[in-house]
Amino acid sequence: MSTATEAVPHGHRRAADPYRVGHGHGGGAHGFATGHGEGGPASKRVIVGYGFWIFLLTDVVMFSCFFAAHGVLQNETAGGPSGPELFNLTHVAIETGCLLLSSFVCGLSFVATEARSMLWTQIFLLVTGLLGAAFLALEAQEFAGMVAAGAGPQRSAFLSSFFAVVGLHGCHVTAGLLWLGTMMAQLWVKGFRPNVLHRLLCFNLFWHALDIIWVALFTIVYLVGAGR
Amino acid sequence: MNDQYRENDEYDPNSGDVAPGVVDVADRSIREGVEGYLIGFGLAVLLTVGSFLVAGTHAIWEPGIPVALVVLAIAQIGIHLVFFLHITTAPDNTNNALALAFGVLIVVLVVGGSIWIMSNLNSNLMPMMPVTPAQS
Amino acid sequence: MLGKLTLQAIPFDQPIPFIAALVVISIVTAVLFWVVVRGHLPYLWHEWITSVDHKRIGVMYISLGMVMLLRGFIDAVMMRSQQALAFRAPGYLPPEHYNQVFSAHGTIMIFFAAMPLVIGLMNFVVPLQLGVRDVAFPTLNSTSFWLTATGALLVNLSLIVGEFARTGWLVYPPLSELRYSPGVGVDYYLWAVQISGVGTLLTGINFVTTILKVRAPGMSYLRMPVFTWTALAASLLIIAAFPVLTATLGMLILDRYLGFHFFTNTGGGNMMMFINLIWAWGHPEVYILVLPCFGVFSEVVPTFSGKPLFGYRSMVAATMFICIVSFMVWLHHFFTMGAGGNVNAVFGIATSIIAVGTGVKIYNWLFTMYGGRINFATPMLWAVGFMVTFVIGGMTGVMLAVPPADFLVHNSLFLVAHFHNVIIAGVLFGVFAGVTYWFPKAFGFRLQEGWGKAAFWFTLVGFYVTFVPLYVAGLLGMTRRLQHYEVAAWRPWVLAASFGIIILFIGMVCQLVQIVVSIRRREQLRDVMGDPWNGRSLEWATTSPPPVFNFAVLPNVQGEEPYWEIKRRAIETQQLSPEPHYEAIEMPRNSPTGVITAFFCTITGFSLIWHIWWLVIVGLVGAYGVFVWFAWRDVEEYVIPAEEVARLDRERRAAREKWLAEHVRVSEPA
Repeated sequence: MSTATEAVPHGHRRAADPYRVGHGHGGGAHGFATGHGEGGPASKRVIVGYGFWIFLLTDVVMFSCFFAAHGVLQNETAGGPSGPELFNLTHVAIETGCLLLSSFVCGLSFVATEARSMLWTQIFLLVTGLLGAAFLALEAQEFAGMVAAGAGPQRSAFLSSFFAVVGLHGCHVTAGLLWLGTMMAQLWVKGFRPNVLHRLLCFNLFWHALDIIWVALFTIVYLVGAGR
Repeated sequence: MNDQYRENDEYDPNSGDVAPGVVDVADRSIREGVEGYLIGFGLAVLLTVGSFLVAGTHAIWEPGIPVALVVLAIAQIGIHLVFFLHITTAPDNTNNALALAFGVLIVVLVVGGSIWIMSNLNSNLMPMMPVTPAQS
Repeated sequence: MLGKLTLQAIPFDQPIPFIAALVVISIVTAVLFWVVVRGHLPYLWHEWITSVDHKRIGVMYISLGMVMLLRGFIDAVMMRSQQALAFRAPGYLPPEHYNQVFSAHGTIMIFFAAMPLVIGLMNFVVPLQLGVRDVAFPTLNSTSFWLTATGALLVNLSLIVGEFARTGWLVYPPLSELRYSPGVGVDYYLWAVQISGVGTLLTGINFVTTILKVRAPGMSYLRMPVFTWTALAASLLIIAAFPVLTATLGMLILDRYLGFHFFTNTGGGNMMMFINLIWAWGHPEVYILVLPCFGVFSEVVPTFSGKPLFGYRSMVAATMFICIVSFMVWLHHFFTMGAGGNVNAVFGIATSIIAVGTGVKIYNWLFTMYGGRINFATPMLWAVGFMVTFVIGGMTGVMLAVPPADFLVHNSLFLVAHFHNVIIAGVLFGVFAGVTYWFPKAFGFRLQEGWGKAAFWFTLVGFYVTFVPLYVAGLLGMTRRLQHYEVAAWRPWVLAASFGIIILFIGMVCQLVQIVVSIRRREQLRDVMGDPWNGRSLEWATTSPPPVFNFAVLPNVQGEEPYWEIKRRAIETQQLSPEPHYEAIEMPRNSPTGVITAFFCTITGFSLIWHIWWLVIVGLVGAYGVFVWFAWRDVEEYVIPAEEVARLDRERRAAREKWLAEHVRVSEPA
């Protein structure tokens, strides 16, 4: 695997003014600030990373619709139980801890990937997966308890929107774990090939984004919701 | 430059472009990498604990609690973006930051617009009769 | 075992759908039979179905769109004829059936005709205009197409097995909830649109990434052709808006399948939330459709006026302005539904403001034409027809943007005439102009001009004869979607509209004849050099059709209108630029991933509609399996050796040298 120590072109690099203030546009060659595009097609890693980043943003927009629905429907309890009655904040805190820790460990796995250590990459990925699974187990437990207490999604619009937004996040975590398992297998069999590296990059972006969504979720749905 | 993509996949010196989530390999060692994630993790933990404390406390004027929580959440999202996703304001990150800004704009328009519209609609409804219990 | 699916699902007892179903089955079977028996299947499989080449995918999108345009048009004919007969009479379509016809008409036209046509044009043209070999994610591109085809298949299946939604093309609750639509119709709609919506979203991601990250060297943003800018704006709108559609239809699916209460009458549901969110998608959607068509006109008008586009930068600015503001106007679709004066005022003003962007474009096109030497070939006819007709439609739109006026005409035929006015003039004329303009590039021969002009005139006149009476009927109070009516004052206008649809029908026949005649006379219509219209952008630098790799050497872009520069220099110096150094080219391999994934998605969708739960699992597992199998492949690309590249490019250069020799200084450089 080539390292990036080649081609630091002609001392241009970081020392020069990257925004090229005072220089005109065009003039061929290689603009630094992106958007000038003079360099021709970008490398595959940049393309894959950017495309996946855009996909994540679309996912965020989709989540925001469910958040909006929850915002509108959060008081529609139809005579049934409301947030403060249902939410166990300690439980949520433990879930949050699991997911945040898994995001951190995922980052560590990426450092291990950059160092090309198969052992540590797989270990950290495994721990990421186990923490994610713990998060899911806790969430499933919470859902089952609510349903058993007659506070399932069919009870009221508030509960529908709650189960939908939290459940959607849980579905994404589940899909992520499925992807993680497949990735670990593929990494084991194929090693650190370029396309496997690209996919690990995408997985990292995905896992961190899931934690970002969870931050919004536990804040707005649970913490603000519990205060009503 | 006849192929569609540069196969020099690690680092592309000519485009000055960086994928999101990536920091130049040449620019950091393992230790620096771990440090970055550790700092991010630590700050995130602090902010999370802070959120939970704020939610339950009586030390803050009650109507202000949701505002405080949202501010803490935005801060934590920022920590995630910077330390875990490596989104910066450097020129090679411009496209990534712009895409994020576009996404945020859409979210604000859709969520903000929806809540504004829906609350106006709801307030213009006739006085509600008792809500019927859920039937299919 | 088979869920809700029984033999009763086949409409044996309803003559019209039954006959329609038989006709469709016969045509499809005949085509399949011909393909297999004549031995075309291997060719189709290797060259088209598994292709990841953006040019092939573009052609397939447009083919799908044209077929579905035909189906949607037949629905329109049925609606017009029903209304012509149904003055104080029942007509021939019972209400339950009529409701399905207008719902299918809208759904098919928007999702399965207009979207594929526009996306097909984007697919074919954008990488060529950018001077690159393919889009950022070629296999994803193929998957997007096949998912769209899945949606189209499901909608058409509803004709044969089951029924379609009776709710209109936007399935408003509570009518679309399980309680009031217990059948499978709404489910057909939901899964067809959800699945194809995923395909469209992936296209949006693909094109944003391509346009921002994959361009020829030297092509900065302000050197991109305007069609590419509009494709970028449309793709940005796709990635912003389609998640909203997915979420909203997802909520309705949760209501119908799992008993949730997002939009139900009971349990605290709020059906206005659906209307709010669906239009937050719906308004950007119409700009997704029309912006690339504006881009087509921005290519056609300069080419056929022999002048560069007037006001390039203001065009770009207007395009991005429309892109952003289109997200701030969606409430104008439901002014009358109770948001109150303040909200209506804000959105009404925003709606009026967005018209400014289009106004800038119209003026730029007019100034481009002014002082130019106009060649009224078929694409230019469509462009001029568009300019006149679209402005009228836009003006009625600005009328509707005023809330008090809208209170009078909301949901009347005035509204129906308005949106058909802008969509037909904008999208349909734009697509026809684009297809005629780029047809020689795709297939190597032009479309026959005579039939093209005939098609234009019949369609233009037919449009006015159909829809101007509907404006009048709407002002007289006629509501939309009426299966029968009692008011005598409306009758002459309804009848006039039915006469108009006959003229449109003739226009459509002219289009079909044009294709047949052009294929038969293709040698006379052959495009030998690759630049039949004296074009200005990079796609005209290639052969017709281009080789699979588009450009032997990626062009180095120096200014706006790069190809015009290249051409001017060649004509001045009477020779081509020196032969470049040829290298081997790596191209992405074809892959059946797209079609097989779509196959499993079809199974999943169908079994979800009919509640065949075990089959749903089979479909999902199959789709996932295909994905993993594709991800596991070792060889992703194949190599075209340098000699082959050189051979193909030398043929191209020879044709151009021959053209140069025959056309000494004929075209004056701009």
